[in-house]
Amino acid sequence: MITYSVKRLLSGAALLAVLSVITFFALRLGTQGVAQQIAGQSAGPEAVALIEERYGLDRPLAQQFLSWAASALTGDLGRSWFTGQPVTEAVLSRLAVTVNLAVGSVALTGALGVLLGALAATRRGWPDRLVQVLSVLGQAVPGFVLAVGLVLLFAVQLRWFPATGYTDPSDSVGGWIRSLTLPVLALAVGSVGGVAQQVRGSMLDVLRRDHVRTLRSRGLPRRRVLYRYVLRNAAGPALSVLGLQFVIILSAAVVVEQVFSIPGLGPVALTSTARGDAPLVMGVVLVTGALVVLVNLLVDLLQAFLNPKVRLS
Amino acid sequence: MSTPASSPGLVPRLLRHPLGSPALVFVVLAVAVAVAGRWLAPHDPTATSVALVMAPPSAEHWLGGDAAGRDVLSRLVVATTYSLAGGMVVAALAALSGVTGGLAAGYFGGWVDTAGAWLTALVMSAPAMVILLAARTAFGPSLWLSMAVFGALISPVYYRVVYNAVRAVCGEPYVDAARTSGLSTPRIIARHVLLAVRAPVILVSSGVVAAGIGMMAALDFLGLGSPSTPTWGQMLSEGFYDMARNPLLVLWPSLALGLTMVALVLLGNALRDELEGTSAPAPDGRRAPWRPRSEEPPRVIEHGDADERPVLLSVRDLAVAYPRGGGWTTVVHRSDLTVRRGQVHGLVGESGSGKSQTAFAVLGLLGQGGRAVAGSIVFGGQELTGLDEARMNALRGRRIAYVPQEPMSNLDPAFTVGAQFTDPLRVVLGRSAKEARRTALDLLARVGIPDPERVYRSYPHQLSGGMAQRVLIAAAVAAGPDLLIADEPTTALDVTVQAEVLDLLRELIDELDMSVLLVTHSFGVVADICDHVSVMSDGTVVESGPTRSVLAGPRHPYTRELLAAIPRGNPRPPLEGARP
Repeated sequence: MITYSVKRLLSGAALLAVLSVITFFALRLGTQGVAQQIAGQSAGPEAVALIEERYGLDRPLAQQFLSWAASALTGDLGRSWFTGQPVTEAVLSRLAVTVNLAVGSVALTGALGVLLGALAATRRGWPDRLVQVLSVLGQAVPGFVLAVGLVLLFAVQLRWFPATGYTDPSDSVGGWIRSLTLPVLALAVGSVGGVAQQVRGSMLDVLRRDHVRTLRSRGLPRRRVLYRYVLRNAAGPALSVLGLQFVIILSAAVVVEQVFSIPGLGPVALTSTARGDAPLVMGVVLVTGALVVLVNLLVDLLQAFLNPKVRLS
Repeated sequence: MSTPASSPGLVPRLLRHPLGSPALVFVVLAVAVAVAGRWLAPHDPTATSVALVMAPPSAEHWLGGDAAGRDVLSRLVVATTYSLAGGMVVAALAALSGVTGGLAAGYFGGWVDTAGAWLTALVMSAPAMVILLAARTAFGPSLWLSMAVFGALISPVYYRVVYNAVRAVCGEPYVDAARTSGLSTPRIIARHVLLAVRAPVILVSSGVVAAGIGMMAALDFLGLGSPSTPTWGQMLSEGFYDMARNPLLVLWPSLALGLTMVALVLLGNALRDELEGTSAPAPDGRRAPWRPRSEEPPRVIEHGDADERPVLLSVRDLAVAYPRGGGWTTVVHRSDLTVRRGQVHGLVGESGSGKSQTAFAVLGLLGQGGRAVAGSIVFGGQELTGLDEARMNALRGRRIAYVPQEPMSNLDPAFTVGAQFTDPLRVVLGRSAKEARRTALDLLARVGIPDPERVYRSYPHQLSGGMAQRVLIAAAVAAGPDLLIADEPTTALDVTVQAEVLDLLRELIDELDMSVLLVTHSFGVVADICDHVSVMSDGTVVESGPTRSVLAGPRHPYTRELLAAIPRGNPRPPLEGARP
């Protein structure tokens, strides 16, 4: 189990390393004339050279990368070219908001997905049709379109929830929940169908297995077999899908944050990429990448917990 | 191999599909609008007029004007071209890289395969939107370039399906034959492999086009598109800021975007149904599925029987059917059995003769929609066919128990032996956790498990087959049942273990005073342990009687054949030391 975890951790680290290398060099290719831009269009060559020296842009690219990577390992991701703010600080201060949003959406997706999927597998009928409709909607309607629809209905017409903005839980827990309700819904509705479909499929698959019949032959009621044994065996594939949905939700959150004016990582990603603020873009890419790697690791560990064959080998 | 994608009649079949036909019609319409958009649009989509600012719908301008005074309908129509083109760019690029990669990895294997798997893992773990934004900084702010990058990001979808298809095809004998006959690799790929991946690629494409359209709209919504080209995403974004004043400005582009994407996804689902044959209608549950065979088979040949013990289980004229395709398949036509108290009754026949199905029918555990469609099963004076779930449950585990054939697949892999052993004891028999644990450990020791404590804590995959079968036998007899149904209990085991398990069964039968219905294909087992035997052939019980009488004088031709098929025609002599 320990070797397994270490292996997964190392492969995640390798993934992040490759991601950093590709992003770093691609970004530097795209931001060649940035020193002039920072200095201003009217600045002379001396001023530009000064900027280049200050940001280390005059050194060979490989050397720049190595020094960036060395300080990145200590948690220092450099400073923004345009605001001078430390990148680690700029990214981490916004990360919590996005994580709130994504974790809330994934939790709602998981809860509803398992519930609907289990109902669809055992009762068929209306839950089955609902799951099918939801999975088509989830594949077809982008989260931000749903978000716009939700704002139109619940914020503009009914005025039940605020249309925009984010309230920190330290200010008001009620306000925090109210400000997150619509964005979380917009992100979750798209993912519920996929998870429910997977839960339904793997439950139907497990229901056909021999050990389910044997447990029933000992007189265990159908319900207990379903919710204790079948669900536990079906949880693995469902968890994998939920992990994939996290990546999709994280991606969709950038646009949904824009719809609701939520100060998460989305706006940072937008402004930094528009300006060509390479250190900040690197920071956003690396931190979201690390988040995904972390979630995948968590999924792998949970899988191992659910599957004794993996856990005990 | 026939390629389902190119088989004639796919379009007619799609048109008959309940959701496929409207989806196909919508997609064809959308494509037509996209192609002819410039000429269809009633006005110039970029011309502004003060009179049109936020104008309500009129005869001249059907959908009114937007905040800049432009005709909404014209913008919507022209935007179709750009949106569909964006989706096509994504699909084309994704298909190009994904199919090539999948072909190479699947055909060559080795390090190409490893590299492909790693690369797809890398791409899949990157949040697409963040990468797209970063790519804009690196490669420039062109929307088309962003769509190309998104194509690369979504290409694992193609990679996977092509990789799997190629892997399946490369195992086929005709590809090996082509290889050994000296055909070059490109020709094999062109002739055999591309043919196989065509259907899955078409299937995936409609979803990818939809995803591309959605992503393009998202980028436009974020204001990353070109302000001079009207797109649905841009219209949504503009409408969103004037939502309080005119909600309709958001509605039209949302509808266009949503309906197009839903149509594409539904088209993909309908294609899957038709290409993979998953659209078969479910059987009608109310229709009586079973009719007696026109030629009534002769009645069961009964040997004279001196057994006067009371009858415990009586199966009469039982028929069992399963839903298949659109109708029902009968697997048991007429099963007749009488099991008396204390009797060990062998039910013997070839595989597929319906003996296991008869056993499951008695347990009330026919899987996958199977049903006892005719006849009766009377157990201890109670009719079991049509008995409700709660009453049947009260019998299972307490009075009727079951030992399965394949020990490993019959233990739940996710739970310890102890957990799945004691759960029924507590739930069904109402024992406390402590009592259940003691009962389980005693029984595990009783069935000859050397270290009950260790096995109790073990997971099924840590046990040998023989050990697992002992666990299953112990769990089955825990409640002291009247009837034990054992379905080929020794077939899956090693020969030496078989004899041990049979001996264990024999001991338990004597000790617990149970009746046993022993399903087997082996007359050796019958001769060894059964005092009565019924022979089953093609879903019908043909001969029944005391073991000695049937073995010495088989009367039905099928029984004679079965007995003649045994080497030397004699039951297996008992192993050294197997009998006490």
